[in-house]
Amino acid sequence: MQELLRVENLVKRYAAKKYRAAGEAPGALEGISFSSQPGATLALVGESGSGKSTLALCIACLERPTSGSIWFDGCDVTALDETQLRAVRPKIQLVFQDPASSLNPRLTALEIVAEPLLIQRRFDKREQFEKARALLDRVGIPLEKAGQKPDEFSGGQRQRLALARALALEPRLLILDESLSALDCSVQAQIANLLLELQSSLGLTYLLITHDFAMAAHLADEIAVMDQGRIVEMAAAEKVLRAPEREVTRRLIAATPEFRVAALTPKVV
Amino acid sequence: MRYFLRRLAQVVFLLIGVSILTFLFSTLAPGNYFDEMKLNPQISPETVASLRAQYQLDRPILVRYAGWVNSIAHGEMGFSFAYNSPVAPLLRVRARNTLLLTVTATLIAWALALALGIWSATSLGRLPDRAISWATSALLVIPDLVLALGLLILAVRSGWFPTGGLVSVGFESLSPLNKLRDVAMHMTLPVVALVLSALPILVRHVRAAVSEVLDAPFLRAAAGHGIPRRRLLYRYALRAAANPLISLFGFSVGALLSGSLLVEVVTSWPGLGPLLVEAILARDLYVVIGGVLLSTVFLVGGNFLADMMLYWADPRIRTEPGGR
Amino acid sequence: MVHGMTPLLKVQDLHVAYKLRTGETFPALAGLSFELEPGEILGVLGESGSGKSTLAASLLRLLPPNGIITRGVILFEGQNILEASPRELEKMRGSRMALIFQEPSMALHPAMRVGDQVAEVLRAHESMDRAARRVRTRQVLAALFPSETERIADSYPHQLSGGQRQRILIAQAIVCGPALFVADEPTASLDPTTQQEILLLLRTLRQQFKLSMILITHNPALLADLADRVLVLYAGWAAEIGLTASVLGSPKHPYTRALLRCIPSDYGDNQAGRKSMLPVIPGDSPNLSVLAKGCPFEPRCTERMEVCKNCDPAAVQLSEKHSVSCFKFVGG
Repeated sequence: MQELLRVENLVKRYAAKKYRAAGEAPGALEGISFSSQPGATLALVGESGSGKSTLALCIACLERPTSGSIWFDGCDVTALDETQLRAVRPKIQLVFQDPASSLNPRLTALEIVAEPLLIQRRFDKREQFEKARALLDRVGIPLEKAGQKPDEFSGGQRQRLALARALALEPRLLILDESLSALDCSVQAQIANLLLELQSSLGLTYLLITHDFAMAAHLADEIAVMDQGRIVEMAAAEKVLRAPEREVTRRLIAATPEFRVAALTPKVV
Repeated sequence: MRYFLRRLAQVVFLLIGVSILTFLFSTLAPGNYFDEMKLNPQISPETVASLRAQYQLDRPILVRYAGWVNSIAHGEMGFSFAYNSPVAPLLRVRARNTLLLTVTATLIAWALALALGIWSATSLGRLPDRAISWATSALLVIPDLVLALGLLILAVRSGWFPTGGLVSVGFESLSPLNKLRDVAMHMTLPVVALVLSALPILVRHVRAAVSEVLDAPFLRAAAGHGIPRRRLLYRYALRAAANPLISLFGFSVGALLSGSLLVEVVTSWPGLGPLLVEAILARDLYVVIGGVLLSTVFLVGGNFLADMMLYWADPRIRTEPGGR
Repeated sequence: MVHGMTPLLKVQDLHVAYKLRTGETFPALAGLSFELEPGEILGVLGESGSGKSTLAASLLRLLPPNGIITRGVILFEGQNILEASPRELEKMRGSRMALIFQEPSMALHPAMRVGDQVAEVLRAHESMDRAARRVRTRQVLAALFPSETERIADSYPHQLSGGQRQRILIAQAIVCGPALFVADEPTASLDPTTQQEILLLLRTLRQQFKLSMILITHNPALLADLADRVLVLYAGWAAEIGLTASVLGSPKHPYTRALLRCIPSDYGDNQAGRKSMLPVIPGDSPNLSVLAKGCPFEPRCTERMEVCKNCDPAAVQLSEKHSVSCFKFVGG
């Protein structure tokens, strides 16, 4: 099967001294290489500053890398200009961490989901709203809420809304940048289930960026561990969990509290 | 330090630019000082022409500008036709008077605005807040000119305050304390007019800035640590509200300056205002340019001061590498 | 923990409501009761809408203007907080009971050095002179930042990382040596390793200073190693309360059981269940403004019975330290 995404020697360095605080500087990338199969989930796990979000932005074509190439569906997106990129963008969509700030507070749920269709000028107005309604239904938002604004939704519902919007342009790759981190435990589980269901029915490929090893362990086929702008370990999820090779990985696994409580509670299937 | 020097350089460039522009506009405006004289049958055209040549009014603009810059270097700032003297000494006296007025008005206006604004913000929605809002709205609606004239009428009718000038007749013979009192009495009217015209906007902004800070999480967290109310207000809230307010201070300096020009004319206060008005009407070129430039210096100086205060007050600006 | 002593904190039948601009009130806490022994760590497990932040704010009466405590008693060190004067409350806050809110990035004054912010708390409660305050502040900061103490003390909040800011908040909370420390989501928005450090820090603080703590979080995993007892909060009610090992190891209340099932497990030894659907709690977090009578979890409960819809469940004592508010356990 041909790989959907291949990153080769990606380097991204930001102009020096642009950022002040210790925790604020976006992590640089120092030669990232990996590939991702269609229909699979690759989890990028690392702490803040490891470069995960920078990588997400580069793959989503929102940042230009300093050097290296990103091959998406057989095409080098780093070599494309803005007009050519416009054709590629719908295929790669991003879902952010904070559902509150990534949704336009002045639009209704229906308008938010229909907006990408509007911008890309696909279909006429009526069809746009029909498709938007279908998407809302797909992600589990009751239709009576379609006319409400984001502030009337709970955190989990907002994230569903963000997902619906991301699906509007029928993407092939969905980049989930800490999309579950801001949610409550039970809601994380609901969204995780939704993601699995969407993946199997729509054949989506996921790039899951997170610092939560537990969720990565649950959702991913492959796990890549990032540290200081490099991928230090990448393998099938089972292997990384059972036999981590690098110290960074072991530290992350040890720091994941969910693994300890699971040991306490017997699973009721 | 780098920040300071950079701002200073920007100020210098600004002044040069303003001087060029004013020079350009003034000379491009039709007419000159001697046009009036042409209408006088007793003065021959030759006299007018020779006077014009004497004052270099028939030379090209660039030459005149160079000449003017040269005279600045000599401390003269050009020559006034009307007063028949170098411009600089004229400006000095008037500028001092304007500064006296503006600085006093700024201090009083801000002191009042802070007090009223904080009171408003801490009693949001309740009677004090609503009363202050109502009063400031009323003041905002009244044009500066009407305000000044109204106060003038009040002064004339009641006789409580002198209605013009800087000092009374016989000023020289007063004791130092009485001299002070005399100036203060004369100053009251224009200062009150200026303060009242500036107050509404200042109060509203202080109220907005303070009430926004009062809602901030760090204030709630500090209250959670048991920091007493007064300290919360002055040490915490005001310091955090300082940023927008200091920027407003820079802006208010400009507003008060332009307001002062008007008020000075109405209340016959011998400042830059009346001088400028006369000079513009009489086409006294170099006085106009000098006056405008000086006003700009005050304005820019005020903003520069505000920038420095901001730099001191907001550590986020200070610690950003390379400054802003 | 010493049994038989008067509890440090005793909350009885606490009812808190918020008044909306439309004039209606909606309940945030509906009859909460629990006790805290000196030196004990109580974990409050609550998701959004459970009333956990309301609980934290109520303990020090720091509710927003539209929050009202309608009923109940809060006894702290023998004193009824609900009857204390504002002056007494101010004295208590920060010196006897310390509170850390969520969002460390916003809880610090942006234009004050963090060392000074810690010193301010001292200034509010202790009558020391400036030099003495400085010494004490440095002591506390040195304990929390063994290296680079001076540099951190002179920094501004925006120059510190998330974990460092959280430590400063903790410094502010302990500098006056309080008896009780309440932390609302102390590790939210932190990296896993930083999270671990902070939790370890809290444990050390408890040991060193015999500090009692109330840790509020939505993640049961964080309480597993740290809390002595866990209180599970749902829609303003205490669903279950007991020793950590019992509540997390063999949970009784349907909500607790359902919540713990949501957590993805280790998968180190058993790969089955990976990438499969997690057993979730159907529905959304409770909307308190529309709740009528009956058990608040009833609409989402897979084990509901007829009685759950009509009657409010009362707490049933299962063992000396474990109680559940559920009709399944009534009558043995």
